[in-house]
Amino acid sequence: MSDNAVSAAPLEPPVPTQKPIKTTGLHIGEAEPGCRKVDPILIADGVRRTFGGLTAVDVDHVEVPRGAITALIGPNGAGKTTLFNLLTGFDKPDAGKWTFDGRSLAGVPAYRVARMGQIRTFQLTKALGLLTVMDNMLLGAKGQTGENMFRALMPFLWRNQEEENRAKALDLLTRFKLDTKKDDYAASLSGGQRKLLEMARALMSDPTLVMLDEPMAGVNPALTQSLLDHILNLKSEGMTVLFVEHDMHMVRHIADWVIVMAEGHVVAEGDPHEVMRNPAVIDAYLGQHHDEDLGEDQSAEAENVSAIKELLDDER
Amino acid sequence: MDWGAIFGNAAVELISPTTAAYALAALGLAVHFGYTGLLNFGQAGFMALGAYGYAISILTFGFPVWGAFLVGVGASVIFALILGIPTLRLRADYLAIVTIAAAEIVRLLFTTNTFASVTGSANGLSGYKNEFAALNPLAEGSYGFGPFENNAYDTWLRIVAWSIVILAALFVWQIMRSPWGRVIKGIREDEDAVRALGKNVYAYKMQSLIFGGVLGTIAGMIFALPRAVVPSNYQTTLTFFIYAILLLGGAATVLGPIIGSMIFWVLLSFFSGFIARAVEAGWLPFMTSIQGGQLRFILVGVAIMLIVIFRPQGIFGNKKELAFVR
Repeated sequence: MSDNAVSAAPLEPPVPTQKPIKTTGLHIGEAEPGCRKVDPILIADGVRRTFGGLTAVDVDHVEVPRGAITALIGPNGAGKTTLFNLLTGFDKPDAGKWTFDGRSLAGVPAYRVARMGQIRTFQLTKALGLLTVMDNMLLGAKGQTGENMFRALMPFLWRNQEEENRAKALDLLTRFKLDTKKDDYAASLSGGQRKLLEMARALMSDPTLVMLDEPMAGVNPALTQSLLDHILNLKSEGMTVLFVEHDMHMVRHIADWVIVMAEGHVVAEGDPHEVMRNPAVIDAYLGQHHDEDLGEDQSAEAENVSAIKELLDDER
Repeated sequence: MDWGAIFGNAAVELISPTTAAYALAALGLAVHFGYTGLLNFGQAGFMALGAYGYAISILTFGFPVWGAFLVGVGASVIFALILGIPTLRLRADYLAIVTIAAAEIVRLLFTTNTFASVTGSANGLSGYKNEFAALNPLAEGSYGFGPFENNAYDTWLRIVAWSIVILAALFVWQIMRSPWGRVIKGIREDEDAVRALGKNVYAYKMQSLIFGGVLGTIAGMIFALPRAVVPSNYQTTLTFFIYAILLLGGAATVLGPIIGSMIFWVLLSFFSGFIARAVEAGWLPFMTSIQGGQLRFILVGVAIMLIVIFRPQGIFGNKKELAFVR
């Protein structure tokens, strides 16, 4: 098995240039699905969402620790993105309640969730193509006076605030190495640069919780490194990060806590090194009947097998 | 061939109140379609509400000019709310379906005999101009020069109409370069992204729908002042002419709708004068004068097609944007 694993391993996994400082001691008691956290920022209770006969998400209890990087992983169709949409107000659950920073979010529309300081990005990047990079950034700023229709007509009311936002945006763009692109249309950026722009734009509002939906999807390895660094920086600046990801190397390197979903449920939780050994996680990725030959869907299975091999390989 | 008369008549359209009305209605559509991405196919309905709101307020209720103006604007705000509340949460194409139907409902309500005592049914309304004429500060006589020479009432109407167009253009220009306009343009690109940044997208779309609709309503009043209010003027074709003007000038521009309207009306008038005289002079022996009247729309259509093919961003549109059109 170990020989196979070595040959199946990819060339060189991207690693952040800085050594991540892991946050530990996040949970109370056993690291089991739905375990309590020392200082949770997001708590979901009995959140359920069905599409017709399909139960996409059915989470009894889950807590996201504050000030740490939490990864939400699971095989395709596990309900990760649906849970994301529910937590950010982009979708309405059939049942359940959830709180952010002690405030209930049930029935709160997406834009108000964002204003509370819980900002998300999207799996398919949503850069605003025919706006300049700078305008994209400025749109992210909170509480703008000039965004009221009537005050918009009186520039003297918002000019100072606009200048402050512009300086802040330029600062962020410089950090994300996009400052030379500030007057270009966002549509002219590459896929990876759009991911960076989306993340930088999210930071314009000084969020407390940043939710990243597959931040690495479709990004080349060079940019992956800088994205990893940026995510680690969010934590060192005191923000909480929750992200969905398929790339196990990345999860292992930067996550402080991992929540594993399968078929809509949270099946395991824990420290990234521990959780990968959990039989429930292996079941989730390989299917509960992985020792039986079903004779179909070989490709999906092969993908999952390689994901698990990657994990075990990394562990050594 | 009286070329002088043909060009003279075409030049008249350059500053006619009708041109101003179309320019203003197209400016409203620019706010809806060009800046916000709202597919409003019911601009004719907003214009009808302005024309009828103004005329009925004066004829039936004896309101002063400003009162009649406010009634028209109020009616279009209510109309925009009725259209927007159910549809703005849905995808863009639903608004298109609802607006095109709602504009027809408005026109048919004004046409039906049931309300003939108020609306004048298919014959429409007239005789509401005295109140506006009474506000005219100009002395009797004629003003202007050449093709732009008019009597006192027509000059007064042109001054008011184009002042409103200029004010509206400045208003749109200012608001679109403010943070409000940035949110509006963001919604055009991707409303979920804007929502994720903490903006109340629904409220912004509603504000845009009302704002553009009110511009259309004021355009309807200007459109009604040089003529009578007749329901058949407010058919769906009116909306499409305004879309043609908007695309001609450039959808997300301020000057585009205004210059587009001028070009549209000058061309239309030029072709109608030219064809009528060409038929008279026997240049087009296969054609009667009635057929000639229809030909001008064909020629204007061809002219607009050429512009859209060779300059798809419109006259004032930004060429750079075209590289990224999805």
